[in-house]
Amino acid sequence: MSRYLLRQLLYVIPSVIGISIVLFTVLALAPGDPFEELATNPAIPAEVRANLRAKFGLDDPIYQRYFRWFGAMVQGDWGFSFASRVNVDDLILGRLPVTLFVIGSSLLLALVVALPVGVLAATRPYSVFDQIASTLALMGFALPTFCTGLLLILVFSIYLDWLPFVYRADISATGWRWYWEHFRQAIMPVAVLGFFQGASWTRYVRSAVLDVIRLDYVTTARSKGLAERVVVVKHVVRNAMIPVVTLVGLQLPAIFGGAIVTEQIFRVPGIGSLLITAILANDTPVIMAVTFVLSCLVIVINLLTDVLYGWLDPRISYR
Amino acid sequence: MNEHELRHLIAKVKRGALSRRGFIQRMVGLGLTAPLASQMLSYSGIAQAQAPSAYKPTKRGGGGALKVLWWQGATLLNPHFAVGTKDQEGSRIFYEPLVGWDNDGNMVPMLAAEIPTLQNGGLARDGKSVIWKLKKGVTWHDGMPFTADDVVFNWEYAADPATSTVSIGSYKDIKVVKLDSHTVRVEFPKPTPFWGDAFCSTRGMLIPKHLFDAYRGAKSRDAPTNLKPVGTGPYKFVDFKPGDMVRGVINTAYHEPNKPHFDSIEMKGGGDAVSAARAVLQTGEFDYAWNMQVEDEILLKLEDSGKGRAIITPGANIEHIQVNNTDPWTEVDGERSSAKTKHPLFGDAAVRRALNVLVDRGSVEKHIYGRTGIATANFLNNPPRFTSKNMKWEFNVDKANQLLDAAGWKRGSDGIRVKDGKKLKLVFQTSVNQPRQKTQAIIKQACQKAGIDLELKAVTAAVYFSSDVANPDTYLKFYTDLQMYTTTMTQPDPEVFMDQFCSWQIASKENKWQGRNPTRWKNDEYDKAWRAAENELDPVKRAALFIRMNDLVIENQVVIPVVYRPRVAAVSNRLRTSLSGWDNDLFNLRDWYREG
Repeated sequence: MSRYLLRQLLYVIPSVIGISIVLFTVLALAPGDPFEELATNPAIPAEVRANLRAKFGLDDPIYQRYFRWFGAMVQGDWGFSFASRVNVDDLILGRLPVTLFVIGSSLLLALVVALPVGVLAATRPYSVFDQIASTLALMGFALPTFCTGLLLILVFSIYLDWLPFVYRADISATGWRWYWEHFRQAIMPVAVLGFFQGASWTRYVRSAVLDVIRLDYVTTARSKGLAERVVVVKHVVRNAMIPVVTLVGLQLPAIFGGAIVTEQIFRVPGIGSLLITAILANDTPVIMAVTFVLSCLVIVINLLTDVLYGWLDPRISYR
Repeated sequence: MNEHELRHLIAKVKRGALSRRGFIQRMVGLGLTAPLASQMLSYSGIAQAQAPSAYKPTKRGGGGALKVLWWQGATLLNPHFAVGTKDQEGSRIFYEPLVGWDNDGNMVPMLAAEIPTLQNGGLARDGKSVIWKLKKGVTWHDGMPFTADDVVFNWEYAADPATSTVSIGSYKDIKVVKLDSHTVRVEFPKPTPFWGDAFCSTRGMLIPKHLFDAYRGAKSRDAPTNLKPVGTGPYKFVDFKPGDMVRGVINTAYHEPNKPHFDSIEMKGGGDAVSAARAVLQTGEFDYAWNMQVEDEILLKLEDSGKGRAIITPGANIEHIQVNNTDPWTEVDGERSSAKTKHPLFGDAAVRRALNVLVDRGSVEKHIYGRTGIATANFLNNPPRFTSKNMKWEFNVDKANQLLDAAGWKRGSDGIRVKDGKKLKLVFQTSVNQPRQKTQAIIKQACQKAGIDLELKAVTAAVYFSSDVANPDTYLKFYTDLQMYTTTMTQPDPEVFMDQFCSWQIASKENKWQGRNPTRWKNDEYDKAWRAAENELDPVKRAALFIRMNDLVIENQVVIPVVYRPRVAAVSNRLRTSLSGWDNDLFNLRDWYREG
């Protein structure tokens, strides 16, 4: 087991380095200049721009800049934002709680919807409930989040005037009101993301359960006279969950990436909207840090699911 | 309008035959800025009208929370590093300059005790110095007194190249001397007609010496106060999340009585312009939204909900078409559009004149921009009510046809005009932006009727406005025949703005396309007029020079102005603001209040 882990970890190192090289080169080659606004403003002399470029080392060759970035990253220095003139890790840490809250609860909502609906639909395949659930799941899957987001805003904020559509990270109220306000403003973004995610998961859960429910051991369990509930919960779902767990695990990095579009629509100050503003401002250190963190997360979680997979199903051995 | 006529007008103002505001509006119509016009009057001994403040509340505070929405959030709060207006606006909540500019171009004292004039001895006759008297009894938010030392420090801080401030242009050439605890003298190296730059308006916000002194030069980025401002403004700092939220609370020790009105202020950032307009005009979640780059049709629809209105403030942005004076299709010494070449088609003045009457500004205004873009003939700002007498615009396909016929351009079998074997085919580029593409289409249609084949090209804004030397599609390289974009005047004085037609600003390979003159137009009279304006102390003579420069650019069709774009803000019905097209939206935040 530990040898297996060690070997997997050794695989991670070259892929992380490879990813960072690709990201860095692509960003360096992309058009756009972080000090573009300075260039078009006549009141700012060209020397200021040249000075700033030199200060941030933008005029050096790409490979030098890469090594400098890499060296700093290894020591835990994530870089310095051109646009905000603060350390990148401060920026990211400031945005993290909101993203964790919003995306985390939307993932929870997705699970809460997908699990029972998917299992129920699979135990009664082609029933009315299954038909309705499948139709809704397909619709939810097909409608992009920016579309449902705008629809919800139109209905709940503008026509009904029930919910606010501008998300505010710091609400000045205290006590119960604070929770209530947070709940109110989170309903729409969480619902948009949760149902979108939930729709696709419902499909996965349904097909996974369908695969298992026809197996002989389930028939055996039934013929032993076990209650249907026990059969489904204890014997079917537990086994059907293995592929689902992998899938959910792989989507976890989305927590950190945030749902970029949804964050933009509802003005949720999370990592996703940070990435968008950074891209618009050509703030390369921030773009680099966010994308790099995301790709590392994908790799690490991949590794974790590999390990978890073997733990869930002992037939898969570590070699 | 020449110098003589200007003096005549000024005399009329003196006699009272023409109102001060009327004069300023007429000057703005001629393409001058309001601050410059106002300066002409004060130089001529007509005292600046101190606009009575419209502020009504009779006690400090009690106004609740003011919620403003900036769809591009402030990313930093040190005014000396504030590149874009979003950062300036964020800083402006907490910091104040000595003076700001109101909508009529008057100076509004903020931290200055009075406006320097020739009469009160503030201005030197030789134009080489200004004496600023500072307001007494002003304290920083942490209780320390505001003194002349702070002003001198701001100059030292900003002028140090190692600090890399973006305000360095306003400070690097001047000298600032402390005369006593509340008086400073700004000295210029040469006679300077426009002295309202350093310590004024957007570049003049003052930061406290006692908190920034240890962070000069290269250490500037480590100052904790970069993110936690301590200023003199009407609101004190509470919290800042870059790109997302700026929060402030009432400054109960503010240096003006009964101000400010609101107990707290919240500036939320992010999102897009349309939904920002919605949040103010339709749902009323916010009180104010900045820079409504929204189609007028949508704005009008949103205003129908009755919760707010769009306020349109004349400023100095102009959407214009540039005509390339050089040949973009031939490479000379490794660059296209080289200043050594002449454009093969635009050499014929008839073609340029025909193009000028083929731009249907009326339709562009009516169908695309509405209230947010007003047809204009002048290059410098031009509100519709005061159209310049010198320059007029018209849309006339017949006239274009006549002009081209007379010049010998004959229609070929495909309907495109030809002369001396040269086809009248042009490439017209702009950035990707829906109103711009619509405008392009309108112009292309008219050109077709006149036998000109216009090929349209749209470049992503990130590339088009970049200064990437390797990319051929930037606006400064201008490797096409025509191009269109909005140019913004960031300063109240037109001097810097107008240098974009000077021959020494021509963009070329030699200056890595950093020159600000992409049209590569070269005109000795223009150059001379600009040089003269640079040192002309008499504002009236100087104004006449600027008017002449504007007319030269238009007469020669160096540019074809399309629409003038005022600033648009969405404001809730009960909020009373104090806005100016010559300064930040929040320049006079202390005067904002909510009607009961």
